[in-house]
Amino acid sequence: MQPKTPTGAEKLVQCLEREGVEYIFGLSGGAAMPIFDALVDSKIELVLVRHEQGATHMADGYARATGRPGVVLVTSGPGATNTVTGLLTALMDSAPIIVICGQTISPMLGKDAFQEADVTGITYPVVKHSYLVKEAAAIPRIVRESFHLATSGRPGPVLIDVPKDVSQGPCDAPFTEELDLPGYGVVGRADPRGIEAAAGLLARSRRPLLYVGHGAVISDAGKAVTTLAEKLRAPVVNTLLGKGAVDETHPLHLGMMGMHGTAYANKAVVDCDLIMSIGARWDDRVTGRVTEFCPTATKIHVDIDPAENGKIIVPDLFIEGDARLVIEDLIPLVEMLDTHEWLEQCNRWRRRYPLKYPRKGGLRAQHVLDRLHALTRGEAVLTTDVGQHQMWAAQFCLSRSNRHWISSGGAGTMGFGFPAAIGAQFARPDDEVWAIVGDGGFQMTQAELATAQIHRLPVKCLIINNNFLGMVRQWQELFYENRTSGVDLVGNPDFVKLAQAFGVQAWRIRRAGDVDRVLKQAHEYREGPCVVVAEVVKEDNVFPMIPAGAAVHEMLIEAPRHRLDKPEGST
Amino acid sequence: MSAQPEPAPVELPPLHTLSLFVNNKPGVLVRVSLAFARRGFNIESLVVSEGKDERFSRITITCRGDRATLDQMVRQLAKLVDVVHAIDHTGEEAIEIEIALIKLEGGVEQRTQIFQIVEHYKAKVVDFGHDSLVLQVQGSSEKIDAFVELLRPFGILELVRSGKLLMARGRQTT
Repeated sequence: MQPKTPTGAEKLVQCLEREGVEYIFGLSGGAAMPIFDALVDSKIELVLVRHEQGATHMADGYARATGRPGVVLVTSGPGATNTVTGLLTALMDSAPIIVICGQTISPMLGKDAFQEADVTGITYPVVKHSYLVKEAAAIPRIVRESFHLATSGRPGPVLIDVPKDVSQGPCDAPFTEELDLPGYGVVGRADPRGIEAAAGLLARSRRPLLYVGHGAVISDAGKAVTTLAEKLRAPVVNTLLGKGAVDETHPLHLGMMGMHGTAYANKAVVDCDLIMSIGARWDDRVTGRVTEFCPTATKIHVDIDPAENGKIIVPDLFIEGDARLVIEDLIPLVEMLDTHEWLEQCNRWRRRYPLKYPRKGGLRAQHVLDRLHALTRGEAVLTTDVGQHQMWAAQFCLSRSNRHWISSGGAGTMGFGFPAAIGAQFARPDDEVWAIVGDGGFQMTQAELATAQIHRLPVKCLIINNNFLGMVRQWQELFYENRTSGVDLVGNPDFVKLAQAFGVQAWRIRRAGDVDRVLKQAHEYREGPCVVVAEVVKEDNVFPMIPAGAAVHEMLIEAPRHRLDKPEGST
Repeated sequence: MSAQPEPAPVELPPLHTLSLFVNNKPGVLVRVSLAFARRGFNIESLVVSEGKDERFSRITITCRGDRATLDQMVRQLAKLVDVVHAIDHTGEEAIEIEIALIKLEGGVEQRTQIFQIVEHYKAKVVDFGHDSLVLQVQGSSEKIDAFVELLRPFGILELVRSGKLLMARGRQTT
């Protein structure tokens, strides 16, 4: 008897199995039913989410925690459009996710069929690449190409739109390793002439600075960068997403740079005579006013994406290549620099401008995060949402190793933190995973408490509750004469009761004296998800701060006494 | 009564000609045009057609913009998975040709003048009606601009231009 020809959906699922997919984060629906049906007989575990946006962030968290692509499966129309925010988030932060969408049957395409949306059309600007599958025979090649595209070069999201007749119809195409991507190439090792030129520029520097970004995390360049820094005796700073590539407690490390970076990191940026970007893209949160960014320093830019060359900063030297390979090739060509004075200066700044916060006047988010760091010692995987809590977490929770810090940087997506932690916990079941979120962002994806609870995931969620959209409130206070508008989250639920309604363990912190005890309880709780609600002071501000569009040297180290002009920068 | 002051001529950014070698697949043109649209750039002319190998297409685009922005856009275009290569040919001595069809009112009493212009520009009359004429002209875009300007007083009913075709000279890649 001939074996039954698989359906397109069965072939698709088999292809995903061959790619090593363990989990699919998804929400079912009519046009995707053949694929959900095929999952019944698959060893891939389906994680049923409560909203498609949550699925994309879970896949993203899974991807960033491992480097392996996260996979999402949704239905057509609204199911697919709900993934747009997650696609943008993944694109902006170069996270490899694959979003598979059901679609109406091919003959109905373009005819306003029920739950039809032109999803490839809607998502062109937010994907690395996308496919509309016109024939089942193309499925094996498309899946192989999608995984290759998502994970190679500069990683990013790939979308596959699968009409229901294609998934339901037969597919006898064999598995394939062949790629038909004539317009896509990936550079690994860089041109040695660029590496030699970098060594030459470094040799002349007396005040060098290594500026480490997400590219270093993605390529696992941390060890090489640490070796380079030690060999040169050069200080290191990182971006928000570069946290963890190089141990932030290393004596040469000055912490995070940029808008809410440490004062000593930013002072080093202002005074360096050479700045070398390693997988960082001179984001506006980092450079401040571009025309005044390190005007006299030599700039070296190492990036795997040639489209980053000259986009914001025109570097003296651009090296196209994988961050780890470039730095490994560079190490033998450099020698110790005379940076004694420079390191002394950096350490003087470090002593003079430490991160600080008031110890009095109620419970402070900074204190909670400082104690969380003391408890987890950089060993837990931390995800964050977006806003004040994110910046305080970045400042106080020092990252010590790669893929332990997961945060929405480029897109600044509220609602990211909690589902991303769920994805990270699925990826790394034995690691301690904390989501650090604000009360605003948490409410955008809080329904995923159910997802965490059903799987008894030991993920921990720390809600920094100030009953405000705090970062916007801070800007209104500083730049808009404290005319608050659209920031007061009056009507917030009781988050402890909310968690309990999902059957999730929850604790509340009201006083500084409770912090250590409650965090330790959560730390030791492994039976399932838990929530810690820290009821912090309502009005607190993140400092240091470089107002958007201001120059790095105009950084406010603490609250200003005078009124400030409205920022010129983008947001 | 005082005369209205002449508005100062608007200085347009320079015109660039980009050539793209792309996969001949649905959606490629959208991906390419989005790189322009997201910056609010207008595409002045666009030619797309199959190349020597049916798997690939040629896209020739003219658009206005400053050099630095265009350079960055070309890098972003080249990065698209469906784009095999993208080249800005501006300032190169490339072969550039455009073709245009012009429908004129062209009453009998004006035809002698019109034919003189047609002859001078080596254009052709491709449709001869009793109350209209259709002319065909080819050459550089600048030549066509000039031809059109000369004919404007005669009453242009319709104008269709092919957009610029471009090929690099010698063994250089287009």
